[in-house]
Amino acid sequence: MEILMSLVIGALLASAVYLMLSKSLLRIIIGTGLLSHGAHLLIITMGGLKRGAAPLLGEEAAAYVDPLPQALILTAIVISFGVTAFFLVLAYRAYQELGTDNMDEMRGNEAND
Amino acid sequence: MINLLILPLLIPLVTATVLIFLTKSVGAQRVISVISTIGTLAASIVLLLTVKNEGIQTINVSSWEAPFGITLVSDMLSALLVTTTSLITLCVILYSFRSIGASRERFYYYSVIQFLLVGVNGAFTTGDIFNMFVFFEVMLMASYVLIVIGGTKIQLRESIKYILVNVISSALFVIAVALLYSVVGSLNMADISQRIAEIGQLPILTVIAVLFLIVFGLKGAIFPLYFWLPGSYYAPPVPVLALFGSLLTKVGVYSILRSYSLFFYHDQAFTHELLGILAIITVIIGGIGAIAYWDVKKIIIYNIIVAVGVLVYGISVATEESYKGMVFYTIHDMIIKAALFLLIGVMIKITGTSDLRKMGGLMKKYPLLGWTFLIAAFALAGIPPLSGFVGKLLIVRGGFAEGEYVSSLIVLLSSLVVLYSVIKIFMNGFWKAPKEYPGEDSQPVTFLWVPGAILVLTSILYGVGAEVMYPIISQATDALVNPTIYIDAVLKE
Repeated sequence: MEILMSLVIGALLASAVYLMLSKSLLRIIIGTGLLSHGAHLLIITMGGLKRGAAPLLGEEAAAYVDPLPQALILTAIVISFGVTAFFLVLAYRAYQELGTDNMDEMRGNEAND
Repeated sequence: MINLLILPLLIPLVTATVLIFLTKSVGAQRVISVISTIGTLAASIVLLLTVKNEGIQTINVSSWEAPFGITLVSDMLSALLVTTTSLITLCVILYSFRSIGASRERFYYYSVIQFLLVGVNGAFTTGDIFNMFVFFEVMLMASYVLIVIGGTKIQLRESIKYILVNVISSALFVIAVALLYSVVGSLNMADISQRIAEIGQLPILTVIAVLFLIVFGLKGAIFPLYFWLPGSYYAPPVPVLALFGSLLTKVGVYSILRSYSLFFYHDQAFTHELLGILAIITVIIGGIGAIAYWDVKKIIIYNIIVAVGVLVYGISVATEESYKGMVFYTIHDMIIKAALFLLIGVMIKITGTSDLRKMGGLMKKYPLLGWTFLIAAFALAGIPPLSGFVGKLLIVRGGFAEGEYVSSLIVLLSSLVVLYSVIKIFMNGFWKAPKEYPGEDSQPVTFLWVPGAILVLTSILYGVGAEVMYPIISQATDALVNPTIYIDAVLKE
């Protein structure tokens, strides 16, 4: 199961890298979304995917899945959610002010602004 | 008091929250943020003295035993860094009063600065690797807002790049923590160190060590991961730049120091060798940038990269002496970089340009500013009575003792390049024929000069009082040389 997950995560990260190397800002932001998905899936995979009950003591099972990676993911999700929201609004503002979403046209030296 | 070490985190956090409600009245914001930052500084000085007298302080948050809960750890190193951070933030806030402008001040500026202080102090104090990630994000999120606040075109353009680089490095941090957790099964830094010592440094741990180096190197701007820094740091206004230049990269360097002295010290032939090579190239790249530009901001920005290289070189040598030099140099460099940015900020305010070729003759009208800048420049280069000297001396001596002649020599020669680059600012900006600058008389020069002067004075005292600081610094390096001190303090065996 972990091998399958690793392959999927690898594919996610590959497409994230591909998207982030493109010119359009929106594609780059979609790439960061995929990148964080990959990272979060990696945490849950690295915590182990052994069978067990959901981490609720009411289940009264013999074995539970590891609760720690789930807490870590939850934290990482809200953080990347906040950053992504900020990034999207920033991209919107930059589009309004600079009139482009092409990263090539956002080059240039400090003098010419 | 047992909760003392949480105060440098708690005071700015509460202040930041309070300031959100007071955005309309700039006066109240200024008063509250100055008072609370003085409070933070006082708390961190008390903390420093407590650590000096009683050894490493730890808190298990909510009284969960050490490896299971989050532990905050204040050893001498982190107490020193927290104190320096608080002092610099105080000076930057004072400088902001007359420089940042009311429109930014009304837009949560002081609140965000307090959040940045929470993030930086938290990253220095935490004893948990995932908690460190969270404090990094607190710090970075505040820095995103600070870099873009005001919304000029250059800020929008550069902040997109800054945020993208940091989003990638944060994702890598999460990946690195996930891999480390899968190998050792713990997140508490002392516990991780202990477990790595038990299983020895497997090849996978060396891979993780390099992954951590990439993550922290992206934050701390070492070669080849420094490419984002010159452009991004050029965009924000001077007080924000002073905060970034003195604090943010040093958090990256601190994290490299912590992880490489606490976790990954078993395979030094590979990891520390790599660190040494990257450090030397960083020094060279920074030096080239520092002499290439005629823009005062750019010159000092490239000097950040030189200093990061020197510090990482100190880590890579990994002897007691080089660690001492590295800690000494970190504190010095944080103070003096903030001072230099604030002083060139005054120059830019007076002349209305950051181009050195359009400046000249400031000495005639502003002698105090000129002499302060000269002292700061000498301190940066490491002229003996001043603060840059002892740190670099110890780093270079450590390097020579390990037989690394070439790289130590490069570190030594980098001082000359640094000296040349800042003296270029002095000679072109302060000497030469005086020029007329439109709007010069309306600038609050004396007021803006004071925070920079406070920092320069601190740096002079730090350099002259090296004898007093030495036992404190060597206490800070004890836990670096001998990780069991740190582990025993946290796990209380």
